[in-house]
Amino acid sequence: MGAQLRVYRRRIKSVQSTKKITKAMELIASSRFVKAQQRVEASLPYTQELLRAISAAVSHGNSKGALVSEVENRKRAAVILITSDRGLAGAYSSAVIKEGEGLNALLSEEGVTPEHYLVGRKSVGYYKFRERKIANSWTGFTDQPTYEDAKRIASAVFEAFNTPTAEGGVDEIHLVYTHFVNMAVQQVRVRRILPVEILEVSKAEASEKLDTKVFPLYDFEPSPEAVLEALLPRYVENMIYTALLLAAASEHAARRRAMKSASDNAEELIRTLARQANQARQAEITQEISEIVGGADALASA
Amino acid sequence: MAELNVSVVAVDRSVWVGPAKSIVAKTPEGEIGILPGHEPVLSLLVNGVVRIEPTEGAKVAIAVHGGFVAMDSDNVRILAETAELSSDIDIERAQKALDKARVAGEDSPEALAAVHRAETRLKAAAAVTATGMHS
Repeated sequence: MGAQLRVYRRRIKSVQSTKKITKAMELIASSRFVKAQQRVEASLPYTQELLRAISAAVSHGNSKGALVSEVENRKRAAVILITSDRGLAGAYSSAVIKEGEGLNALLSEEGVTPEHYLVGRKSVGYYKFRERKIANSWTGFTDQPTYEDAKRIASAVFEAFNTPTAEGGVDEIHLVYTHFVNMAVQQVRVRRILPVEILEVSKAEASEKLDTKVFPLYDFEPSPEAVLEALLPRYVENMIYTALLLAAASEHAARRRAMKSASDNAEELIRTLARQANQARQAEITQEISEIVGGADALASA
Repeated sequence: MAELNVSVVAVDRSVWVGPAKSIVAKTPEGEIGILPGHEPVLSLLVNGVVRIEPTEGAKVAIAVHGGFVAMDSDNVRILAETAELSSDIDIERAQKALDKARVAGEDSPEALAAVHRAETRLKAAAAVTATGMHS
């Protein structure tokens, strides 16, 4: 076997084993994706009811409180980035980081210092490499987030929000995550969690299912303010939880797609290499034949 | 007869949905009983047991943590951070969790919360066995 042919065969083998790996990852991502999507769906009823209850409490209570109204002089804002722990998911994490950079620039322009709250090893690595100050970070659960994880994140940012600005607290909380639209489309979205954009939220997210126009005259216990006050932390937790779930579904979808195109590319490469290997083999055989014929010719004429 | 449409929803799933005759839950102001025709109410719930008497079948007890109830025109929605049907609660495991939580100390709020959770779970389980709902 000629040297060239051997090189081709070796490359084919290596591409084949790569393809096996990417194919396996594709299958794993698909099955995880289905689970992630089910979790998104299972969390919907709670989100809807919570939004409805909050809208009701806000529309009945006259005082809106610090959680709902904007601050005049914004100094600092918390920016939560939700990225993945692992790579091999195409542009999934880098898209979020890029959007985060845009938000950081926008906030800085307005004279607001962004404080970075990072979820997922990818964003942590990015910020560490650039030696930026990280306010807080969480890793290790991005592919299967639980409500507990969301609660941990929520309590950290909520605490920063409740700290006076002079003592290092933040005036706003922004969230950057990947919204899952469908299998083919995932969009990076930026949302402000606090101060609450109640109207926007109830219109955009809830108008189909809920009838937001008129609420019955609820009897609030203990009082509308107390109910609202108790519900808003829930709202923050729920926002983050929903974002984590959507991001997890997006991550699996992105990984599936990335791995699918990797497998397809490997397949394509194998086909090209096989063709080249066959050509090399054929060239070798032709050469051998012509050598034999040439040799026999030389003997006969001698 | 009018009946209540009840749904009990936890953050990650729907726990119990169905028609019911009455509901008893615990709010910061005391116990609240809800029958069909009750005025609209939106109330916080303290961690405790919610008892539901369905239109058909045995009574249901649910251990609820960090929840609230919203009721209007005979639709009752109970939302909670965690909600567990008493029939899903493993008494032995809950007891063990309670013991463990007690040992973990009562200094930190988390440990206390764990004790509370375990106690509520046991209460919910007991509520069912006491009234002979498991037949």
